[in-house]
Amino acid sequence: MTQFAHRQGWVLGLFVLFALLLAGTWAIQPDYGAGGVGSLVRAALPYAFAVAAQTIVVIGGGIDLSIASMMALTSVTAARLMGGASEEFAILVVPLVLLLGLLLGAINGILIVITRVPDIIVTLAMLFVWQGVALLVLESPGGGAAEWLRALVIGTLSIPGVPEAITQWIPKALILVLVCLGIVWIPLHRSRLGLSIYAIGSSSLAAFRSGVGVARTKITSYAVAGLFAGMGGLVLTLSTGIGAPIPGPYLLASVAAVVLGGVTLGGGKGGLIGPIVAVFILRLVRSDLTLLAVDPNVATIIEGTIMVIVVMLGAFIAMRSRAS
Amino acid sequence: MSTQLLLEATGVVKRYGAVTALRNASLSIRPGEVHALMGANGAGKSTLVKILTGAVRPDAGEILIRGEARAVHSPAEARRAGLVSVYQEPALVPDLDIESNLRLTQTPVASFLSWVRELGVPDLDLRETARRIPLAILRVLDLARALAIEPDVLLLDEMTAALPANLADRVIDVVRRQSQTGRSIIFISHRLLEISALCHRATVLRDGETVGVVDMAPGAEEKIVELMLGTRIAKAQDWRDRRQQVPAREQDHPRLQVRNLQVGTKLRDVSFDLHPGEVLGVVALEGQGQDELFGILAGSRRPSGGSIEVDGKGVQFRHPADAIEAGVAYVPGDRAEALLMQRSVRENIALPFSARLPAWGPIKMRREKARVDDAIGRLQIDTRAQREVQRLSGGNQQKVTIARWIAAGSRIMLCFDPTRGIDIRTKHQIYPLLRELAAQGVSVLLYTSELEEVRLVCDRAIVIFGGQVVDTLPLERADEASLMRAAHGLPRDESAA
Repeated sequence: MTQFAHRQGWVLGLFVLFALLLAGTWAIQPDYGAGGVGSLVRAALPYAFAVAAQTIVVIGGGIDLSIASMMALTSVTAARLMGGASEEFAILVVPLVLLLGLLLGAINGILIVITRVPDIIVTLAMLFVWQGVALLVLESPGGGAAEWLRALVIGTLSIPGVPEAITQWIPKALILVLVCLGIVWIPLHRSRLGLSIYAIGSSSLAAFRSGVGVARTKITSYAVAGLFAGMGGLVLTLSTGIGAPIPGPYLLASVAAVVLGGVTLGGGKGGLIGPIVAVFILRLVRSDLTLLAVDPNVATIIEGTIMVIVVMLGAFIAMRSRAS
Repeated sequence: MSTQLLLEATGVVKRYGAVTALRNASLSIRPGEVHALMGANGAGKSTLVKILTGAVRPDAGEILIRGEARAVHSPAEARRAGLVSVYQEPALVPDLDIESNLRLTQTPVASFLSWVRELGVPDLDLRETARRIPLAILRVLDLARALAIEPDVLLLDEMTAALPANLADRVIDVVRRQSQTGRSIIFISHRLLEISALCHRATVLRDGETVGVVDMAPGAEEKIVELMLGTRIAKAQDWRDRRQQVPAREQDHPRLQVRNLQVGTKLRDVSFDLHPGEVLGVVALEGQGQDELFGILAGSRRPSGGSIEVDGKGVQFRHPADAIEAGVAYVPGDRAEALLMQRSVRENIALPFSARLPAWGPIKMRREKARVDDAIGRLQIDTRAQREVQRLSGGNQQKVTIARWIAAGSRIMLCFDPTRGIDIRTKHQIYPLLRELAAQGVSVLLYTSELEEVRLVCDRAIVIFGGQVVDTLPLERADEASLMRAAHGLPRDESAA
């Protein structure tokens, strides 16, 4: 148990930080309740998928600047296909959009491997490419989403036999994000492929010498990132009911949450839980600042400051625990 | 020559949290002496060096430079006080050319160049980027740069470890002449023969404490080893008996058959057989084609000609995974090239053998654990710091690189200078390990830059010179002089044979 606490120290710390922030929120706004939690989770939903995508790429030693654009492209594709179509047709749209995400990510990865151009440059270029394609698909916000799919994201869970006093605290969006990420991440993490992604992020030469197919693993990490971005795009369409071709503020937010979540930007270290908790922390900080009626311009300054302080404190604690 | 001490450190203590790296270290350097600093890995040598050069501040203790108490807070200050060090890792900025590197450190170029020539590197291009220069030459350039500053005390950390014999001899020669002009050298090395030939005195550290200062005289080597090992006298010779039990297996089919292997002009024509249960030594000076040979056998390079057979079947490795599949494992001298430094011991050992599983198949946790534990147990790896391999000592790291291939069931081990920069105690754990692997039928190809290892571990040795196998020596003729002659491309000395 102590070993577990030691290994997962950073993630536990994030949970504590999140709990403290929630308590702080209640102190500011005593009637912050189930509704507040629900809207927090809904607001965090697309961010959670964006950060999951960024996490897997960063663990593999890369970085993907095109995540927000891929989300925009998959989002408008979903909205355009579902707009005016029957409710049943949406069953086909979901796998199609996810496949599109996987493909976009794979293209990013293949370009990086084949051209040998640094990933930060390739994905920067693809940021513009996917954004342009998104505008070709849908030039202004529009399209639609199937109602039964939207019902997956909006509202709270209702379990027969469990009183509403409990279920109102469990937004459907939270279940959705946990299930979607878990379905991909858990088998990946336990497979040889997962170990290979950590290996190439840690040292691509050592991984190569150990018999890991470095190029293939790299492409896979970008493709899985694309898949997560596809989920994120789909969720965007579902929660708003339309598709918007202009990418949202998800790129920098994803990098911020990855760093705060304990994933080393150099690669090879960290997990998925930390960055996901970090997303909720960052969203909660923002809503707290809004509740406190802080000037939005000052709010961004505070957010940036908090990030530096938390990461610095984390490194300090890690150093102390290593020494003892 | 004055009798005053150039440098004197007494009662130096350094703690990192609860870990005490140095409990009571002392060192005194006379003018004009070559002084060896000895100790097993983890004895505190590097911490003491860091304190002397100002990279780390001690918790207690006194450091006198020419009799004056002086607190040195940074390497730049140490340099102003006349203390210059050459570290184990090359210190040139990789992406700058040599000229810019010299300007960066304000090194006088003319003097640098004359030292470079003195050290046996005649044709250095100052516009060459440091990254493109081989490691051995880089170390020589680091030394030349330090010499050009004309320090009073020169600190050389494992200076000869990565050097081929000819360059190492030049370095030792230069060091000796430096001391004759009144300069002092602190010399850190694992090569005892070198120490006894070069040094005047030796300070021995054990577990963070100075346990003795030995005047170099005949028989001093044993005294040093005794001090270094302390009460835990290693039964270093045990495994030597074990090797006698291994029968010659010449009659078997070779496990690995290499014929006329070529790569460009570097490797012209290399042929040899490696038998099951054999340790075959490869001896060569720096850059004779051994890197290329091991690269091809490990699957990270492709040959331009020749053939390789494993167990009688022709193979062509396109990727290290192919080599691993065929049971061929590569253990590089530089642990950082083999290990995932930020990951755990377990993951490092699991990575190569999981390379055979289908990509999405789950790793069978229980079976993986059993194999990993088996490998750790057999190598007596100290796993107290098993969360990150980078926290293990160099020797334990090297054991992990070998353990992972044992767990993967490899039958051919390509070991490229596996004991580089490792202390004697760990070396004497690695030698029997290699012999034990051989006794179990594993074939080992061992390139070594330390000639005495051939005697200690190998059954036979091949000598490569100019990309060709110039000699094959059975154990009884593989003495250091014969190996040295062959490695320099001299014909066999028939009168001695």
